[in-house]
Amino acid sequence: MKITDMTALQLAEAIRAGQTTAVEAAEAMLANIEARDKRYNCYVTVDAEGALAQARDVQAKIEAGELTGALAGVPVAIKDNMCTEGLLTTCSSRILYNFVPPYTAEAVLNLKKAGAVILGKTNMDEFAMGSTTETSAYGVTRNPWDTERVPGGSSGGSAAAVAAGECFCALGSDTGGSIRQPAAYCGTVGMKPTYGTVSRYGLIAYGSSLDQIGPLTRDVADCAAVLTAIASHDEKDSTSIAREDTDFTSALLDDVKGMRIGVPNDYFGDGLDGGVKEAVLAAAKALEEKGAVVEHFDLSLVEYAIPAYYTIAAAEASSNLERFDGIKYGYRAKEYAGLHNMYKKSRSEGFGEEVKRRIMLGSFVLSSGYYDAYYLKALRVKALIKKAFDDAFGKYDVILGPVAPTTAPRLGESLADPIKMYLGDIYTIAVNLAGLPAISLPCGRDENGLPIGLQLIGDCFQEKKLIRTAYTYEKIRGAFPAAVKEVG
Amino acid sequence: MAREYETVIGLEVHVELATKTKIFCGCSTAFGAEPNTQICPVCTGMPGSLPVLNRQVLEYAIAVGLATDCEIARYAKFDRKNYFYPDNPQNYQISQLYLPICRNGGVEIQTADGGVKKVGIHEIHMEEDAGKLIHDEWGDCSLVDYNRSGVPLIEIVSEPDMRSAEEVIAYLEKLRLIIQYLGASDCKLQEGSMRADVNLSVREIGTREFGTRTEMKNLNSFKAISRAIEGETERQIDLLESGEKVIQETRRWDDAKGESYAMRSKEDAQDYRYFPDPDLVPIAVSDEMLEEIRAKQPEFRTEKRKRYREEFGIPDYDIEIITASKYMADLFEAAAAICGQPKKVSNWLMGETLRLMKEREVEAEDLRFSPENLAKLITLTDAGTINSSVAKEVFEAMFEENADPEKYVEEKGLKNVNDEGALRKTVEEVIAANPQSVADYRGGKEKAIGFLVGQTMKAMKGKADPAAVNRMLKELL
Amino acid sequence: MANIISDETIDYVGILAKLELSGEEREQAKSDMGRMLDYIDKLGELDTADVEPMSHVFPVQNVFRGDVVTNGDEREALLANAPEQKDGMFVVPKTFE
Repeated sequence: MKITDMTALQLAEAIRAGQTTAVEAAEAMLANIEARDKRYNCYVTVDAEGALAQARDVQAKIEAGELTGALAGVPVAIKDNMCTEGLLTTCSSRILYNFVPPYTAEAVLNLKKAGAVILGKTNMDEFAMGSTTETSAYGVTRNPWDTERVPGGSSGGSAAAVAAGECFCALGSDTGGSIRQPAAYCGTVGMKPTYGTVSRYGLIAYGSSLDQIGPLTRDVADCAAVLTAIASHDEKDSTSIAREDTDFTSALLDDVKGMRIGVPNDYFGDGLDGGVKEAVLAAAKALEEKGAVVEHFDLSLVEYAIPAYYTIAAAEASSNLERFDGIKYGYRAKEYAGLHNMYKKSRSEGFGEEVKRRIMLGSFVLSSGYYDAYYLKALRVKALIKKAFDDAFGKYDVILGPVAPTTAPRLGESLADPIKMYLGDIYTIAVNLAGLPAISLPCGRDENGLPIGLQLIGDCFQEKKLIRTAYTYEKIRGAFPAAVKEVG
Repeated sequence: MAREYETVIGLEVHVELATKTKIFCGCSTAFGAEPNTQICPVCTGMPGSLPVLNRQVLEYAIAVGLATDCEIARYAKFDRKNYFYPDNPQNYQISQLYLPICRNGGVEIQTADGGVKKVGIHEIHMEEDAGKLIHDEWGDCSLVDYNRSGVPLIEIVSEPDMRSAEEVIAYLEKLRLIIQYLGASDCKLQEGSMRADVNLSVREIGTREFGTRTEMKNLNSFKAISRAIEGETERQIDLLESGEKVIQETRRWDDAKGESYAMRSKEDAQDYRYFPDPDLVPIAVSDEMLEEIRAKQPEFRTEKRKRYREEFGIPDYDIEIITASKYMADLFEAAAAICGQPKKVSNWLMGETLRLMKEREVEAEDLRFSPENLAKLITLTDAGTINSSVAKEVFEAMFEENADPEKYVEEKGLKNVNDEGALRKTVEEVIAANPQSVADYRGGKEKAIGFLVGQTMKAMKGKADPAAVNRMLKELL
Repeated sequence: MANIISDETIDYVGILAKLELSGEEREQAKSDMGRMLDYIDKLGELDTADVEPMSHVFPVQNVFRGDVVTNGDEREALLANAPEQKDGMFVVPKTFE
C-alpha cells in the first residue's frame, strides 16, 4: 500500500514499525499538494519547510521512544481560523491578509504534542460564514469528486484536503454544520464534539456559544484518534469542560446490539433529495439488521432552528468581529479621514459581502429596541430546541438522519440566494444550538457519483455511542472509494 | 419672585481593584511600567484569545458590597458593552448590565447640619478598564498603551440621593475609607484608581420629578468635583431660566478653564448592544463563598477606634484623625509596633505630619515615609542622639523622600555632640562670657539657667542634647 | 417583504458596526436584511412566554483563575502585527480635537 493511501492510524503504525518515516510521509503529502492543490485550492498556506523540520524532529523523538502516540508522525492540515504561532492565519479574509499569530491554538498544540506534523492552513468560508467555501478571499476550493462543485463549508478546505489526499486528516470547526456538511460533500468522516470538549483558545471566534473544533478524517477510527488527541480541559477557555472519558478510541467496537436509534420524521420532509433519503434510510436499515432498535419519531421545532441560529450567530459574530479595526493587526485602509472613517473603510474593504451581511444583521438584532424581540426570543427558542433533544434522548441513544438535503451543489449556485443557502443547514444547525456531538460519514453516492453523508447525533458527552454506531456502520458499508485515483 | 432650585446628584464611581493581575488574564497590574510591557493576547484583543475571571476580583467586589450593605447576587453574569474606541482593544468592554454582583446598598454620611443621611447604592458591578491613549505631539496621531487594558474595576452606581457638592465629597470619602480599609483599592483620585462621573440635574424646590440630567467625566480631584458640580448647576439653572432645555448628554469637565463641554459625535450612537458574554460562564455565589469573604472582612473604623482607646491610650481626637484614613491607621500601627511608643508616633502624625500635609496639599495615601523610618526617628530622639529641632528637620526630609533618619543625621552631621570634653569647654566659655546670668542663677533665679542653655546650644550650632547641657551647667555652677 | 429596511436604518447600523456601504452593495444589504428579518420573524409563531432565555447550554459555573502573574513582557510579539507602531505603542488616527 502506498503510504499516501493509508489512514492516519495505519501511517503512524507503519512509522512505528520502521516501514516508513515521518519525513517520508511529509514529503509524500507535500508532493501530493504540489501536484494537486492548483486544481482544488484546499490550502491558503502550505508550510513545506516547517512541515519537514517538524517531521525530522518528530521522527527523532519516535526513534528515541519519546513519542509513542497513535498519531506520531502523521501530516495534518489545520483550518485557517486556528491560530498557529509564526504561520499566517487569515480566516480566509482580506482583513487578516498578513496576520501571523504570536501563539498557537490549544487544539493545534494538543495535536502537535501527539506528534502530528502541520502541513499548512486550509481554505474556508471567510470567518467560517458560509456553506460552500466560496466566500473565501483566497479563491474557491473545488470538490475533489467533481471540480465544478463546491466542497461544502465552511471547513471546505479541510474536507477537500482529506478527500484529495493532500493530508491524512485535518481539523475543522463547526458552528452550524461546518465540519459535518463538507465531510458529507467530500466523502470523509467529520465530527463536531460536545460543546466544551475541545478548547476554543486560539480559534478565531465566529459564534462563541456554538463554535467547536473537530476532526475531518478518512475513517471513523482516525476520527476517534484525532478527537482523543485534541480533547482537553483548558484553563484558558472558561467554557472548556473537564471530562474523564476522552479515550474515544475505546469506542471503536463493531457492535450496536440494543442501541436505540431514533429517526426523526422531520428530517425526511420536503426539500430532501430522493437519493440522499434513500441512502440514509438504507443505513438505518443496515444498523437495525445488526441489532440496533430503530424507531421513527417526531423531533419537532426543526424549522425554527435556522432563524434562531442566524440570530444568535450573527449577534455574537457582530461583537466578535469588532476587534478587526485596523489598529492591532491585519488590514488598514490606505486612505481615510480620521479615526471613525479609518474604522469604516478598513472594515468595509477588509470584510467580504457575506461577513458584512451577518455583522449588520447581528448589530441590528442587538440594537436598542430589538434585543428582546430578536436576540432574547432566539435564546428562548434555543431552550425549547434543547428541551426537544432532551426528550428525544430520553428514548434514544442516537438520532440518525441526513447531513444535508442534497449532495454537493455546483459552484456559484448557492451564493445567489443567501436564505436558500442557509436552508441547506437545516439538519446540522440544531445540534450546535443544543451543544450536542454529531458525526458525519459517507453512506453512499448519488446518481452523479457524489458522496452522501449520514449524520448521527448523540446526547451531550455521548461521543462514544456515536463512534461505536459509526464504526459498526462503516464495517457494514465497507471501504469507501477515494475521490482522486490518479497521482500527479 | 426668583425661583429656587435644588441640585440632584448621583455618582458612578469607578475603583481600580488592588489585584496583582488583570481581571481576565495573568498580566501584572503594577503601575508605571513601560508602555505595552504588561500585555498579552487576551488584554490586547488578539483573535482567538479568551477571558478567564480572576477570582480575587469577585471577592473584592463582594467584600465592597458587604461593607456597603448591598444584597449580593447569588447568580451573576458578564455582558459585553459594544463600542468602538482605540483604548478598547476588542471594541467591546466586558462589564455587567443585566445581572450585576451587588444591588440595593447604601452608606451613611454626615450632613452639613450635623445630621446623618443615607446615600443609596443602586448597584456595584465588575468590569475591565481601558488602555491609555497618548496624544503624539509631533505626528497627527495618537498612541495606544494597553498596560491598563483589563485592569479590574468595580463601578459603584449610587442613587440620585445627593443634593450638594459637600454631600458628594462626604459620600466619596466614606466610600474611599471603606474600600481602603478592605484593602480592595488604594483609591487615589490623582492616579485614577478612583474616578467619579457625576450625574446631575436641577429642579425647582418642591418638584417631585427629576430634571434632565447630564453626566460629567474627567474629574480627578475632590476640588475638581466640587467645582464641576457648582459649574454644572449654574449652567443648567441658566438654561432653564432663559427658557431653554437641558440636553441629556455626556460632558467633559475642564478643570483648568472651569467649564464643561459636550462630548458628542455623530459617530457615537450610544447604543451599546449589551448581551451576555458567551466566553464567560455565570457566577453562582454560594453561602460558603459569602461566609468565607465575610470572615476575611477587616477591622473597620468603629472597631479600630475602640481598640485604639483600649490599647494605646491616645486621645479621642487623635484616634478620629488617625482612623479617618486606612493608610494613616496602618502607618500608625506599624510604627508603634516597631518603636513601642504609640503616643510619640501619634504626636508625630498629629503634629508635623498634618502640618506638612496641609501645607503641601498631600493626601494620607500619598505619604512617602515608611513606618520603619518614623520609628527610627523616635528612637533617635529618645536616645538623645538628636534634639527635637533637628528631629523636625529630619522629619521634613522623610516627608519629602522617605529619607532614612539614621543615614540622614550621619551624612548631615546633625548628631548631638556627646563629647564630654567639648561640651565642658563650651559651657565654661559660656559661663565666663555671661557673668550677670551666672550671678542671677547663683542668687536663686532658677530661670537664668535657660538663657545659659540657649547660649550653649547656639555656640554648639544646635548639635547638643539640651538635657546634657543643663546637667553640665548645674555641675559647673 | 414585511421588514423594509430604510436608508436611515442602514446608516445607523453602519455607525454601530463601523461599516460603510454604498451603491449596489448598500441596496443589496437593505434587501438581504429585510428578507432575513422576515425569516427570523418566524420565531414569533412560538409561544415562549414561560421560557427562560438560554445563553449557555451547560450549567458550568464559577470558572476562575488565581490572582497570579503568569505573563511577562510580550510587547515585541504583540506589536509585530500592528499596521503602524511608534515608541512601543500602537498608532491610531488622532483621537483628540
